[in-house]
Amino acid sequence: MPETSAADLLRLDDLTVAFDEVTVVDRLSLRIRRGETLALVGESGSGKSVSALGAMGLLPDNARVEGGRWLGDTDLARLRGRDWQGLRGGRVGFVFQEPMTSLNPLHTVARQIGETLRLHQGLTGRAARERTRELLVQVKLPRPDELLDAWPHQLSGGQRQRVMIAMAIANDPELLIADEPTTALDVTVQREILALLAELRDRHGMGMLFITHDLNLVRRHADRVCVLFQGREQETGPVAEVFASPLSPYTRLLLDAEPEGRPAPAERGAPLLQAHRLGVRFQRPKRLFARRPPAFEALRPLDLAIAPGETLGIVGESGSGKTTLALALLRLTESHGEITFGEERLDRLSGKALRRQRRRFQVVFQDPYGSLSPRLPVSEIISEGLRFHYPELAEEEVVRRVQATLREVGLPEDCASRYPHEFSGGQRQRIAVARAIILEPEMLVLDEPTSALDRTVQKQLVALLRDLQARRGLSYLFISHDLAVVRAMAHRVMVLRDGEVVEQGECLAVLEQPRSDYTRALVAAAGLSPRLGQG
Amino acid sequence: MAAPLSTTLAGRFSPITRRRFGVFRANRRAWVSLWIFAALFAVSLAAELIANDKPLVMKYDGQWYLPLLVDYPETEFGGFLPTRADYHDPFVQAQIEEHGWALWPLIPFSYQTLDMQMMRPSPAPPDARHWLGTDDQGRDVLARVIYGFRLSVFFALVLTAGSLVMGVLIGGIQGYFGGKTDLIGQRLTEIWSGLPVLFLLIILASFVQPGFWWLLGIMLLFSWLGLVDVVRAEFLRARNLEYVRAAKAMGLTPPLIMWRHVLPNAMVATLTFIPFLFTGAITTLTALDFLGFGLPPGSPSLGELVAQGKNNLHAPWLGITAFVSLSLMLSLLVFIGEGLRDAFDPRHIQHAASPTPPPRNLRDA
Repeated sequence: MPETSAADLLRLDDLTVAFDEVTVVDRLSLRIRRGETLALVGESGSGKSVSALGAMGLLPDNARVEGGRWLGDTDLARLRGRDWQGLRGGRVGFVFQEPMTSLNPLHTVARQIGETLRLHQGLTGRAARERTRELLVQVKLPRPDELLDAWPHQLSGGQRQRVMIAMAIANDPELLIADEPTTALDVTVQREILALLAELRDRHGMGMLFITHDLNLVRRHADRVCVLFQGREQETGPVAEVFASPLSPYTRLLLDAEPEGRPAPAERGAPLLQAHRLGVRFQRPKRLFARRPPAFEALRPLDLAIAPGETLGIVGESGSGKTTLALALLRLTESHGEITFGEERLDRLSGKALRRQRRRFQVVFQDPYGSLSPRLPVSEIISEGLRFHYPELAEEEVVRRVQATLREVGLPEDCASRYPHEFSGGQRQRIAVARAIILEPEMLVLDEPTSALDRTVQKQLVALLRDLQARRGLSYLFISHDLAVVRAMAHRVMVLRDGEVVEQGECLAVLEQPRSDYTRALVAAAGLSPRLGQG
Repeated sequence: MAAPLSTTLAGRFSPITRRRFGVFRANRRAWVSLWIFAALFAVSLAAELIANDKPLVMKYDGQWYLPLLVDYPETEFGGFLPTRADYHDPFVQAQIEEHGWALWPLIPFSYQTLDMQMMRPSPAPPDARHWLGTDDQGRDVLARVIYGFRLSVFFALVLTAGSLVMGVLIGGIQGYFGGKTDLIGQRLTEIWSGLPVLFLLIILASFVQPGFWWLLGIMLLFSWLGLVDVVRAEFLRARNLEYVRAAKAMGLTPPLIMWRHVLPNAMVATLTFIPFLFTGAITTLTALDFLGFGLPPGSPSLGELVAQGKNNLHAPWLGITAFVSLSLMLSLLVFIGEGLRDAFDPRHIQHAASPTPPPRNLRDA
């Protein structure tokens, strides 16, 4: 029996979780003291969330949880039915990743929070409302009196997450489990939420289990860290020690995974793509007999130019108009202004003439799961454009090119007859790249191609993209909110906010000496590690 | 030449399709219903071989005859009239008996054969000669049920296929292009759906004799309306999916994108709808026949049998036969429809999943 210090709040001894005989977490032991944040770090599928859920008995019936788990001096393994209800939401609070789906859309804020108060403290009516208001003040929501009666859809992502936190701390829990609490949020909001969590932890003397995949956040917001890889504990220790001298090779790999290096310098030739006063307006709906409200300016008129072999990075938070810009350049959404690609005025083309030009500029989207049709085998997905634009090609030639392209993006050739669901996120993204480059385009629009991927996979994809650029002289329009990736990819950057260009210039210059406050805030929140690869 | 592009038999269908097929098969009621229905339909397709008023094969004076396929005059068998031979005529039967033999179908009556050798008044109750009795004109009920079943199913098949083509086409165009196309299309379909189908049919019946194809045409004008909403909604959703965007960015033409990328995903909702279109078509045809606005008199129709049952309450075998055959057919179709719906319901897959171990990539999912 390992000795128990009075300060240990949560203790897991050799926690093992298995689903139908497949072990997902293998003998994980950890302790959390009061007032301390322990970060559980790993890539997707490493068993981070499963171990937290398993410890709290929140897994479905086909999961088998073994090993000792103690909260204070309560043996969690012995709890049954009703005992759990008092514990979850009472002594243990949860904050989940997805602020969009973790609030019931049909309940107001006061009702959602009031429910936990009623269940655990028996507060109702005025008392519950009073306490709810107090909680909203604690999580620093503006205008708490108004927000009490707000519906979830009226709140922004960050505000929703604050409501979730208010719910989690409503009953003064001893332990707060935050499962990727900021992953769905913009970087500047991320920082505020994590600061709030730290403050609440100190004020209430809670222990906090912080589950994340983002080492940058761990570095700044956790006291101790436990690294998981494929369900096994790699190492545990104080953050400073682990970051300074990682013991396990996996931790070293993870720490090393920030995309580094710089793209090969591009020659400045005549621009390949030029946009002049390009803007996008969305008409708002008009009510009967009412005057039409002014159109929504998703993208204010801007100019840009991309030279052959050059990468222009587009940076901004959600809603800044990055993707709208990409769609406008691709002529996939209505826009106004001039777009010149090579010699052609794209904005004047339509129908067949436009479709013929399309093979010269291709696109890779963000979501590796949504961007490949689930019903077609990989060979069909990749060869589709080729067959359409070059119907004269013989079947053997198509097959040969598909094979060559698969090789080029680093996929095994035998994957041609398989279906997208058999591949991991990184491999799917490679398939999407293959689909784009088989047409031998001159430019690729990359819309957040790396943001759904793990860091180590991101790094490989960035390397692949840079390699393709060097070999084929491709121009990239690279959209991302992740400055580390942008730094590794882009020659020049353009910072967007609310559809407007805030700042643009040489990539390193902008990131190192930002001129506008907004860029400065972005750079600060991104926590870029100072080491720079040599370009 | 590299071969991996060729697909094996197992790879012919996408994994989703295969899983759905598995779920459908696991639903025993639907699976058995499908087989029973298929068997019944197959039998009714061969109705001419099972219930007919002509022998299948016969030998007469050392010569082979195929009355099923060829019309022979009565003079051929020693008669006096150069008209088509009536093989039920006692004289002809006696001649055949004398000069050779004849192989009769299981039920020696077609759907419109009037049994002239009946000793009892029509409608006659079931006996060894007429297994389900005869109707009020002396026609064999079993023969009429077999032919009527075939006619109903065939009508429903053509109507469903037609509605499917029109509904998917119109709904797809509305959904894929959206905006003004959608708005105008929706208003037009709404106006169209306001037309009263039954009255149209009644009016039609007053100046033409509505035959099979007439009825089908009129019904087809309206039966696709139910599908439009489903297909349109699916297309509206799918047109913003990233792989559809990627296909647009690749420069594919809208028809090609709709066909290859959007339709396969919209088919789920559509296929779920089909069995219900099918039963609806059968019910409507039966109802029209029952009311007398349907197929021309003399056609083998289940609706007409229901009407006869109602008019001859003293002959319960008519009503009971109509009821049993209709309810059996519709129940089978509803069971099949339920099975299909469950097979396409993603939430259902977990419950029906076979006890095979989870895929190995669950760990790194």
